[in-house]
Formats: sequence, structure tokens, C-alpha cells
Amino acid sequence: MKPKVAFFSFSSCEGCQLQALNLEDQLLSLLDIIEIVNFREAIDDKLENYDIAFVEGSISRYSDIPELIKIRNTAKVLVAFGSCSSQAGINAIRNRLRPEEANAMVYGDRAAWVETGHAKGIDEFVKVDYYLNGCPMDRREFIRLVKAAASGIPFIIPKLPVCTECKLRGNVCILEDRNTLCLGAVTLGGCNAICPAYGHPCVGCRGILPDANIEGMAELLRHHGASDLEIEHLYAMYNYGRISLLTARAASR
Amino acid sequence: MHGAVQLNIHHVTRVEGHGNITVNVRDGEIEECRLEIVESPRFFEVMLQGRSYRDAAHITSRICGICSVGHTTASIRATESALGIEPTEQTLLLRKLILHGETLQSHILHIYFLAAPDFLGAPSVIPLARTHTDVVLRALRLKKLANDLCDLIGGRSVHPVAMMPGGFTSVPTIAGLQEVRARLEAAMADMVATAELFATLDIPKFERETEYISLKRPDEYAFYDGELYSSDTGIHPVSHYRRLTNEQVVQRSTAKHAHANRDSFAVGALARYNNNFDRLNPFAKEIADEMSLPVPCFNPFMTTAAQVVECAHAVADGIALIDELIGRGVQPEPLVQSARLDGQGIGAVEVPRGILYHDYQYADGRITRANCIIPTGQNVANIEADMRFLVPQILDKPEAEIAQNLEMLVRAYDPCISCSAHMLDVKFVGKSEGEQS
Ligand code: SF4
Ligand code: SF4
Ligand code: SF4
Repeated sequence: MKPKVAFFSFSSCEGCQLQALNLEDQLLSLLDIIEIVNFREAIDDKLENYDIAFVEGSISRYSDIPELIKIRNTAKVLVAFGSCSSQAGINAIRNRLRPEEANAMVYGDRAAWVETGHAKGIDEFVKVDYYLNGCPMDRREFIRLVKAAASGIPFIIPKLPVCTECKLRGNVCILEDRNTLCLGAVTLGGCNAICPAYGHPCVGCRGILPDANIEGMAELLRHHGASDLEIEHLYAMYNYGRISLLTARAASR
Repeated sequence: MHGAVQLNIHHVTRVEGHGNITVNVRDGEIEECRLEIVESPRFFEVMLQGRSYRDAAHITSRICGICSVGHTTASIRATESALGIEPTEQTLLLRKLILHGETLQSHILHIYFLAAPDFLGAPSVIPLARTHTDVVLRALRLKKLANDLCDLIGGRSVHPVAMMPGGFTSVPTIAGLQEVRARLEAAMADMVATAELFATLDIPKFERETEYISLKRPDEYAFYDGELYSSDTGIHPVSHYRRLTNEQVVQRSTAKHAHANRDSFAVGALARYNNNFDRLNPFAKEIADEMSLPVPCFNPFMTTAAQVVECAHAVADGIALIDELIGRGVQPEPLVQSARLDGQGIGAVEVPRGILYHDYQYADGRITRANCIIPTGQNVANIEADMRFLVPQILDKPEAEIAQNLEMLVRAYDPCISCSAHMLDVKFVGKSEGEQS
């Protein structure tokens, strides 16, 4: 029996689902090992039982929670699909405002019609089996995960920083070379340092490594001329949850 | 007897994002006909507050994965206009080229993955892989070409890496451009085959004339920039965009609705085709002729045909842009720096589903106010007007068929719901007993 795979989407840009659709070369051969039963972006059928669920997007309103719990209770393997889902990602930038304030800013006097709360990663509500990090998630990692999950082998992402891959790839270090603020040293690799390879700094979309020295990184960035606001904004791009940690530690010192 | 129809389609499939259609007919009269966008709001205007001009495009790209190149472009253009940054000629060519890549990838996805199954009577593209293998392989080939083009110019098709205010942080190699050029050349035959396939499909006969709004330029089929053009009221400066969108917040729907001269207007491939047909390249005109697509065309189901025409345009014009780039040589260029740190700027760009507006106010290089108006929000009122016009014509059909027709109509607009809310399920709210079929 081919495992049944379902895709779900909460608050997101659906770019991670698109990344999966963009696997043109491998799409048909993937369909030899899995059966896709729920993929609203591409198919009509909506099946209620599936083995592997890819959940994209952040949870940002109470009405999403029962659906997420239903998905968890149905799926044998639950995958947080992209950084919106695995760490609230870009959506969490707005968490600096209270939800009512954010509503009022966008919807004016009709704000009360709009139901929303702070953006949260899905593991704040349910157990997650695997994480596919990144904004968007990495296609090669996705294939690796699908193959592993289809054959029941565990899927592991090495806990190495982006810098390691960046140096292996032979990129010029834009932090050292051009004082461009880069978070590669504290960010989980696996993207093959795609951003520095195209001359753009790593902004931490795959998440800050759990044991990373974020204060030390902040110090290094300061050394390269960054202001406190710039450091905060850089961390807040995808790792809003981690800056509150940074400030809390600074306050306790 | 035309009794009561209550139709609720919850989460219309094969569209980007979540949407609901609600139709409520009593004694042959439409009481309610609504398209709701139920995506949770994303608050990009809030996220942008206080951010540096260097971060704006990175953040707004995440409004929508499908038109991330379009959002990036609109954002960069708004920033450049606000801060007095003049991009170089090479940058303009590269931006136009990557926009063609995104138009091609988005339209091919819609034509083959989302719309074609309707016309070929399949629930999705997956069973088509067995019954129409050549069609699916062609679709995948075109889509891959489009994505590879975006990868080449932007580093990544979903959320490009190399696009910044002032230019590109990395430029393609001549060899890379030559490789894509050869595949674009080969794709012309695939576009002819796409048009031939489309010509055999049974498109619903339905017409409702509306106001068509697009960008317009005298010298080219406008995607990257241009002035605003309404088929009712003619040319308007982009700075008057609020008058041509007139945003309103509508209850239950987290996207904002818009109307210009009439109660509703259309943006997107059909609007552009109707407004700018004479600026299409000869190959695209040939493809329109192959499908017998009239100019203007008032059938919203034909939006898909207009997309086929635009794909042909993107392929042929992509080749021309690459030739120009190869002819002048592609050099790495430093990013053009801002002339000032305060100012206001608008970026209006034709993305696959219509005009996208980004409007930013900067103080000291940081955003103090941001407004983004996305195409699907502009189209919702027009889709509802089409539904109100279509429902009485199909009321004697079985409920399932009405639902399917309405879903097809909504899908024809290729609504990108994730970006509307920042949409789709048809909800029938009840055919009376005698009507049940
Ligand atoms: S992680 Fe990024 S690409 Fe994926 S859905 Fe979220 S915003 Fe889009
Ligand atoms: S460019 Fe960034 S990711 Fe690469 S080595 Fe330097 S700091 Fe690390
Ligand atoms: S380099 Fe950094 S920002 Fe870029 S994809 Fe990798 S983790 Fe994300």
C-alpha cells in the first residue's frame, strides 16, 4: 500500500506547497511511492484518511486549532511544512503588536469583524514528527523526507549552521567581505547556503540552531557595524520568538 | 418550477487559498450570491512598519508564493520611487525577464493543473497523467522551463533571492541565458500545441461585459510598469490608483473588495488582453487566432485562453529580452544607492492575476505607512456580479452541476486567495424538495 499524503494550509503564502508542485522532474516518480489524497492547490478530492500530513502555515486564530488537532489525530506522521509552520516564521513579525492593535491598523473601524491572534508555530498545539524548515522549504529535503517516511526510515537534518555549507560551496563571505549582516553562523543549514550564493545575506529562515550563541552573534554583528535595531530586525525576520529570549536574558543580567 | 436554491461550497478546491461560495435563491430570485475569502489575515501592513527599505521586498514577497516575483517587483519599484533610486538598463531587462518567467509558470499551473481538469472531466491533473500523458508531460516541461528561468535570474522561483532595490545581488551567466533561450525556442511548439488543445475544449458560452482595468504602455504589452487604463474611462496616472480600486472592507471576508467606475471591474489576463491586444507580439497574436479568441472578449471563462496568449507572449518576448542581454553583455553591477531616505512611492505591476499595487511612505529609510492592493481583491466583486448573472441561466440544472459551474467560474479568474487575505468552498443554502435532482 502506498502511503496516503495530504497537504493542509493555515496562515501562509502557500509557497511551500508551490515548491512541492515545482518538482516537475520528480512529481510523476513520487506518485509511484505515495498517493496524494488532499492537495487543495491542485486536486478536487478531499479524503478524510491519510498517513502523512504536511501542514503549512502558522496558527493565528482559535478557529484553526480544532482543524489542526483533527489532522494530528488522523495522520501517523505530521510534518511542519516550512518556517510559517515550524517556527511561526515571517508571520510572527506582527506578534510585537497585540492582535487588536494589528486589526485596527489594517481594518480600521471594522477591525472587530476580523478574528485573529498572534501567529504561532504548529508545535505549540500538537506534536510534530518532522520539521521541513525554510521559507520556502527546500525541495531536496522534501524528497528525502517523503522517501524516508514512505519506507518508514527516520528523517534527520544535520544540526550544522549555514556557514558550513556556505564555505563548502566556496562563497565569498559577505559578512567578512562586505559587512553585510548575515545570520549564517547561527542558522540551521540544509539550504546549501542559497542566499549567500546569490549575494544576499542569510536572514535565518530555517530557524536559529537550538544551542546557538545568539548573544555572541549579536556581538559579532555589532562589531560589523550593526545597530541594536538592525540586530533586532534581523532576528525578528524569522525568529521573533528568539529575540524575546535575547532581551529577557539581557534584562536578567 | 424555479424554487429555492441554497448552495454552500465550502473550500473551493484547485485555487490558491481558501474560499467559500454562497448562493441563495428563493422563488427564482437571487437573495444572496457571495464569494467569501476565509483565509486568516496576514497583516503585512503591520509587519512592514518601521522596517528598513532593504527588508520590504523580502517581507512582502511572502504575501504570495505564486506571485512572489511580482510582489518583490512591486515592492522594489515602490521603494525605488520613494527613495529616488534609478535602476540600470540591465536591471530593467532582467526584471522584465524574470516577470515573464513568473507569468509563464503561474499561467501554465492554472491552464494545465487547475482549469484543464474541469474541461477534460477529471478531478485533478493526477489521473490525466495516465489518460493524457503527452498533455501532462508538456505541462511539466513548460512549468519547469518557467521555474528554471526564474531560478536563473532570481536564484529561486518561489521567493527570489537576488532581487533588491537598486538592482540584482547576482546576475546570470551568458551560458545560462543561452541554455534557457534554446528551451524557450523549443517551447514555441508547446505553446502552439497548448492553443490547439484549448481550441478543442468546450468552454461555457457566457458573456458579461464589464470594466477592464490594466496597466498600459504605448511601446510594449505592459507588465513591468505603465499608466493605469480603464476600458470605461481611459488613462489615469498611477498616483490615482485609490480611485481605480476604491478599497472597501467587506464583512466575513478577510480580503478587501474594490470597485472603480461601475459596481465592479475586472483585472488580469482577460483585462490586459482586451486593453492591450495591439501590443502583443506577432507569435502571441497567432496563438489568439489559433484559439479564435475575439478582441475584446467578454466571456470570463476565456480568461484561461487569454493566459495561453500571454504565455506565448512571455516565451517570444523572453527570447527577445535574452537576445538583448546577450548582445550588450551581462555584468555584475553594484546596487544603485538611494538618493534620499524620505519619500512616498507606488509600485504598480501586472502580476499573473492583475494589477498589484504597493504604496510605501518612508521616513529615515524606514517604512512609516504601507498599503498593498492585490488583484484577487479587485476581482471579487466582479466574480460575484458574474455569478448573479450566471445563476438564473443555469437554475434548472441539477444542484451539483450549478455548483460545478460556479466553481469553474471562480477558478477561471485564477483567484490567488492566499494573497487576497491575505478564499474558496461553494455554499448552496437549498434547492426546494421538488427541485432535488
Ligand atoms: S514558509 Fe515561507 S514559503 Fe512557506 S508558506 Fe510560509 S511564507 Fe510561504
Ligand atoms: S556569508 Fe554568511 S553564511 Fe556565508 S560564511 Fe559568511 S556569515 Fe556564514
Ligand atoms: S541562507 Fe539563510 S535565509 Fe537563505 S535559505 Fe538558507 S537559512 Fe534561509
